[in-house]
Amino acid sequence: MPTKILMPALSPTMTEGKLAKWTKNEGDVVQAGDVIAEIETDKATMEVEAVDEGTIAKILITGGSENVAVNTAIAVLLEEGEEGADVDAFLASDTAAPTATPKADEKSSPAPQQAQAINTPQRKTHNGKTSSNGRIFASPLARRMAADKGLNLSQINGSGPHGRVVKSDVETARPQGAPKTSASGPNARELADMLGMAYEVEPVTKMREVIAGRLTESKQTVPHFYLTVECRIDKLMDTRKSVNANANGKYKLSVNDFVIKATAMALQDVPAANASWTDEAIIKYENSDVSVAVATPTGLITPIIKEAEHKGLPSISVEMKELAKKARDGKLMPHEFQGGTCSVSNLGMFGITEFSAIINPPQACIIAVGAGVEKPIVENGQIVVGTTMKATLSCDHRVVDGAVGAQFLQAFQKYIENPILLFV
Amino acid sequence: MAEHDFDLVVIGGGPGGYVAAIRGAQLGMNVAVVEANHLGGICLNWGCIPTKALLRSAEIFHHMKHAEAFGLSCDNVSFDLKKIVERSRGVAKQLSGGIGHLLNKNKVTVFDGYGKLLSDGKVGVDGKKEILNAKHIIVATGAKARQIPGMESDGKLVWTYREAMTPTDMPKSMIVVGSGAIGIEFASFYRTLGVEVTVIEVMDRILQAEDKEISDHAHKSFEKQGMRIITGAKVAKLDKNKDSVTAHVEMADGETQEITADRIIMAVGIVANTDGIGLENTKVKLDRGHIVTDGYMKTAEKGVYAIGDVTGAPWLAHKASHEGIICVEKIAGLDGVHPMVKENIPGCTYAMPQIASVGLTEEKAIAAGHNIKVGRFPFMGNGKAIALGEPEGMVKTIFDASSGELLGAHMVGAEVTEMIQGYVIGKTMEATEAEFMHTIFPHPTLSEMMHESVLDAYGKVVHF
Repeated sequence: MPTKILMPALSPTMTEGKLAKWTKNEGDVVQAGDVIAEIETDKATMEVEAVDEGTIAKILITGGSENVAVNTAIAVLLEEGEEGADVDAFLASDTAAPTATPKADEKSSPAPQQAQAINTPQRKTHNGKTSSNGRIFASPLARRMAADKGLNLSQINGSGPHGRVVKSDVETARPQGAPKTSASGPNARELADMLGMAYEVEPVTKMREVIAGRLTESKQTVPHFYLTVECRIDKLMDTRKSVNANANGKYKLSVNDFVIKATAMALQDVPAANASWTDEAIIKYENSDVSVAVATPTGLITPIIKEAEHKGLPSISVEMKELAKKARDGKLMPHEFQGGTCSVSNLGMFGITEFSAIINPPQACIIAVGAGVEKPIVENGQIVVGTTMKATLSCDHRVVDGAVGAQFLQAFQKYIENPILLFV
Repeated sequence: MAEHDFDLVVIGGGPGGYVAAIRGAQLGMNVAVVEANHLGGICLNWGCIPTKALLRSAEIFHHMKHAEAFGLSCDNVSFDLKKIVERSRGVAKQLSGGIGHLLNKNKVTVFDGYGKLLSDGKVGVDGKKEILNAKHIIVATGAKARQIPGMESDGKLVWTYREAMTPTDMPKSMIVVGSGAIGIEFASFYRTLGVEVTVIEVMDRILQAEDKEISDHAHKSFEKQGMRIITGAKVAKLDKNKDSVTAHVEMADGETQEITADRIIMAVGIVANTDGIGLENTKVKLDRGHIVTDGYMKTAEKGVYAIGDVTGAPWLAHKASHEGIICVEKIAGLDGVHPMVKENIPGCTYAMPQIASVGLTEEKAIAAGHNIKVGRFPFMGNGKAIALGEPEGMVKTIFDASSGELLGAHMVGAEVTEMIQGYVIGKTMEATEAEFMHTIFPHPTLSEMMHESVLDAYGKVVHF
């Protein structure tokens, strides 16, 4: 019997994604494990592998289609000995098949839409989610529950027949708390049009949309406070130099590798900072899973060094380089960037000496690290030349009080200033 | 030994199995059904269908005896038990043949014999006479009557549903142990034909699964018909006499009473058919005798699924059929397949009066933390019920006070088993009280009571 290849869910929360491209064509023979397509989600690009062997008989969703719902049939696979005719019979018998494509069609041609938007500035942007006649299909109970909870039905994905919004969808829908990212006040584009300012339009990518949503949510709902400490890093620089000199090219430790390890160790010393807020309880994590902010061409992403407290600096260094490369190539797997317990953001390489970062929910802390700076330092009444580095901790005050945050930074400073401790 | 390859093999041709098989065939699968006895299973051969035929005879007999009330005369009303049973068997046979035709039409291969799971996706028929290689296997072996040690059916004095369905001569008196749907239907059938019936129920009320108000109502109706009902009581011991049985009944007050009757029907629940079907060759897990499945009927063994009675309560044919469809559509990878919502499964008891319900009882709704609104409407207030001469019964509805969700609907009275689907559709579509109120019910019908009950829940009842 022909089998359908379904749009995979790359993470538990994924409901739709972009079918970026097919790496196999209709008629190609595939083996289990062959890469057949690439899927782009809000965070990453992932390869889809064939589960069974067979021939790709028909591609149902073309490459480049956006917003393809999870579990939509994207292609049909024929087993050995089956004929093409089977496919049509198979699809004809499957009443659900015709409904599989419309979502993809809606947004498949972004280019003309853009051009139009620029030429006719007064035009409002079209919300891709509402149907053309504006009718939203929802059960009476779902409508009433949504109204009671103040939810907008058009923002809820329906799981009922033909995408109808039903009770369970409303129950699991997140309250409008995940705030709309649109700027308040006059729309920037309308204003620019009004004033005749020149600009170009860059469509918001899924990743950018997620960054915007999550950081807005964090800054609006998480009560941040900030603590800064200045660390002497002369010993760290010396240690790094001599360790790297003896590495025989096997690894090359960066200052940031020391920062990751020091963060992991400090979290173990002050477990209260290695925590998350929930409405029912504070979750205290056992391991130090350190999320490290990496800039990529499409935006910020935070791959994780898991259980960094147990890992040596060389292995942290090697792992970090691999993760950063994957991040830049958009190849991170969901488990590689979801689920850290604390974040590190380092802008030292840009010469930034001090900054404060926005907490990466549901984590409670993020440590923002600046550049090492050579400067005069008063030591025992003498002015000496030393190198210092500033670190600013942003804390979620619901979980971490000032004293806890301070203890954490103290511990962090201890490890940074005595890097030998990072090797024990 | 012959080997055959199939996409789907269904073990058991009851209402779960044959429906799953047909749906699989519709979806392009090559399907086989292995059935040890009769296509249609217990439901069609020894359950739902033949008992409805018996009850129909009893109902007509009842109407004939009360013909005078309708201005008709009908003297010397009597019945021929042999012909009543023959009719019932004939109905079962006709429908079983119909299933064979349907399977044939859908190109489903039927193997007559005992299906048994072997390892590695194989099913053996009657040992290894035939070996079926299957990509997917659905276990739909159903259930059988529970036997209580010392009170096992002997086919003469102690009956299960089978003997109760095919009596050769009419007992004068009878004990029915258990007051679920099966016990009550037989009690009602025999009582209507004039047998002295005593129902013994271990719980504090009959029809335990139903809303208390409904089961109390039914209790009164049965007693009015001359049925004796003893609740909170247990048959501790059974003595078999020459042509009667004596039950030693521990009453609710602790006293023991001896009740003697010609026959005793044991209707004390069911046990799943899990023996001898090769589960030991798989990783399939059991919980209290039933196969454990997920929302899509998958078992712990890859490629093996289970549906219907063998997976647990409620033990209803329509639940089995629906599980079969969900299971097969999920296997085929269809979109929009969802696990079954148990609160939307209706239950019916075809006694006189009938009982039908869906969703939560009042007690359960409160226990689940709902703030509820309850509506009631009596048959006495309905024109059609009076015209039919059926003034006994009621329709009860339970709504969540804040969302207006219909949490449960419970009915007792004439023809309610045909009406409950109206509420089931509403519930499945997630209608609120507003949609029920806006629905125009035809006049004069019994169904108007369904409307009035909803109106009553919101203080708007018109005809009572």
